[in-house]
Amino acid sequence: MEESKKVHDIIDIKNLDLYYGQFQALKSISMSIQHKMITALIGPSGCGKSTLLRSLNRMNDLIRGVRITGQVLLDGKDIYNSGMEITELRKTVGMVFQRPNPFPLSIYDNVVYGLRVAGVKSKSQLDEIMEWSLRSAWLWDQLKDKLHHPALQLPLDQQQRLCIARLLAVKPEVILMDEPCSALDPISTSKVEDLMHELKKDYTIVIVTHNMQQASRVSDYTAFYYIGNLIEYADTKKIFTAPGVKQTEDYISGRFG
Amino acid sequence: MKLLGEKGVERLLSVVAFSAISALGLIAVFIFIEGLPFLFKYGIKDFLLSSDWRPDAGKFGIYPMIAASFWVMLGAMLIGAPLGIAGAIFLAEFVPKTVMNIIKPAIELLAAIPSVIYGFIGVVVLAPVIRDLFGGPGLSLLAGAIILGIMIMPTVISISIDSLLAVPVSFREGSLALGATKWQTVHMLTTKAAKSGIVASIILGMGRAIGETMAVIMVTGNSVMIPHSPLESVRTLTANIALEMSYAIGMHREALFATGVVLFIVIIILNSIASVAIRKKVIVK
Repeated sequence: MEESKKVHDIIDIKNLDLYYGQFQALKSISMSIQHKMITALIGPSGCGKSTLLRSLNRMNDLIRGVRITGQVLLDGKDIYNSGMEITELRKTVGMVFQRPNPFPLSIYDNVVYGLRVAGVKSKSQLDEIMEWSLRSAWLWDQLKDKLHHPALQLPLDQQQRLCIARLLAVKPEVILMDEPCSALDPISTSKVEDLMHELKKDYTIVIVTHNMQQASRVSDYTAFYYIGNLIEYADTKKIFTAPGVKQTEDYISGRFG
Repeated sequence: MKLLGEKGVERLLSVVAFSAISALGLIAVFIFIEGLPFLFKYGIKDFLLSSDWRPDAGKFGIYPMIAASFWVMLGAMLIGAPLGIAGAIFLAEFVPKTVMNIIKPAIELLAAIPSVIYGFIGVVVLAPVIRDLFGGPGLSLLAGAIILGIMIMPTVISISIDSLLAVPVSFREGSLALGATKWQTVHMLTTKAAKSGIVASIILGMGRAIGETMAVIMVTGNSVMIPHSPLESVRTLTANIALEMSYAIGMHREALFATGVVLFIVIIILNSIASVAIRKKVIVK
């Protein structure tokens, strides 16, 4: 296991600028995301951390008036290259949203949604991956008897883990999490955090969080953003114990933000 | 306004509102008072199921008109619903918001065109085309279905768009983030979530189609016949009332009111189903 944990980059962001119309939301960002590690993006509201997250699977494409320059290399390939198949990209780089957003379908149909989108028809294959996904998100034991119940009736933390299961079913390499616990209570939050530690064995995770304790608890690396700039990016331990930049220290110690 | 004071305005408004509601109520009561006795006198079964409509001979079977109304309505749905729903999906999902905000009100404006104009276009343009292409008199069930299909489209489009737009963006984002294309998202998710609103739009369209009178009189030819082909001339329930009321007396007049009762009940049922469906626009279960 230690062998597979050898550090290498999976995502390489190079001189990324992003504009909403005239407004520049990201200013010449360069950073690399390490394979099978958890990287946290922190910073005050409006600092661009969510925007950065959404530019890693091109969800920003949905917003009109967004302009991007620079490169985001995924396994060495620029995802903004015109040859990039955007549906393939989003299967490789999956996303968990701030508010759990299971579809208004049954639990089963939620989990196999991405597979059906990808054209998988065989019932046995769907069943098999569905069970594996729910097990991976620690939901199988609770949900196995009500697979055909509506997903929106589940408690919020199960909804969020269902969204993670739904993502795992399409076998992503990278999981982007946009404040995944902000709608959850502390107990549910700790369940999701434990799950993240487990998932780290197989996936690279990038998480945006407002919660500094969360960043220090779950992540291996932390990047601090402030008004569109990457201020500091280092080992989480270093950021929280011996930050190299004054601004980082001020933010972490709660002097602003 | 000063003269009346706050309380006075409130009272005045409530009087106005109640008189509007009671006017509607009175119309319903009036139709039933005039029509119901006939139903029992003549026999509901004979009235609804006999195809013998000869008022001068005391025969009042409205089955041909029921059949005509049904087929014209069904034809209008087959034409108007798919086109209307497709248009709604296109406008709600595939067109920039700014464009939709121009086109949607424009389509809703179509509902404001007087139905006599639709009928006029049907007579002048549509009927000759049908006559030339398929034969028959031109003024026919098919012409009625096409004109009504066009007339119900604003209803179908407008309500379907509203229910599609009521589907939370987070569902769409979730689907796209799983690698779905826009079209996959629409047909696997958005339309399913908006299903009850779309169904409601179709049912309201059905209500409009059954209730429409002027355009139908102008384009369907108005022969009292059970239709055997879409190219035949037919007379709907509404057309029958409108055409004969001016000279009807006695039993004949009562029979027309009873026809009104039948229409009234059908449309009340359709609209009630629609409003229940609209209330749960997005299935959050």
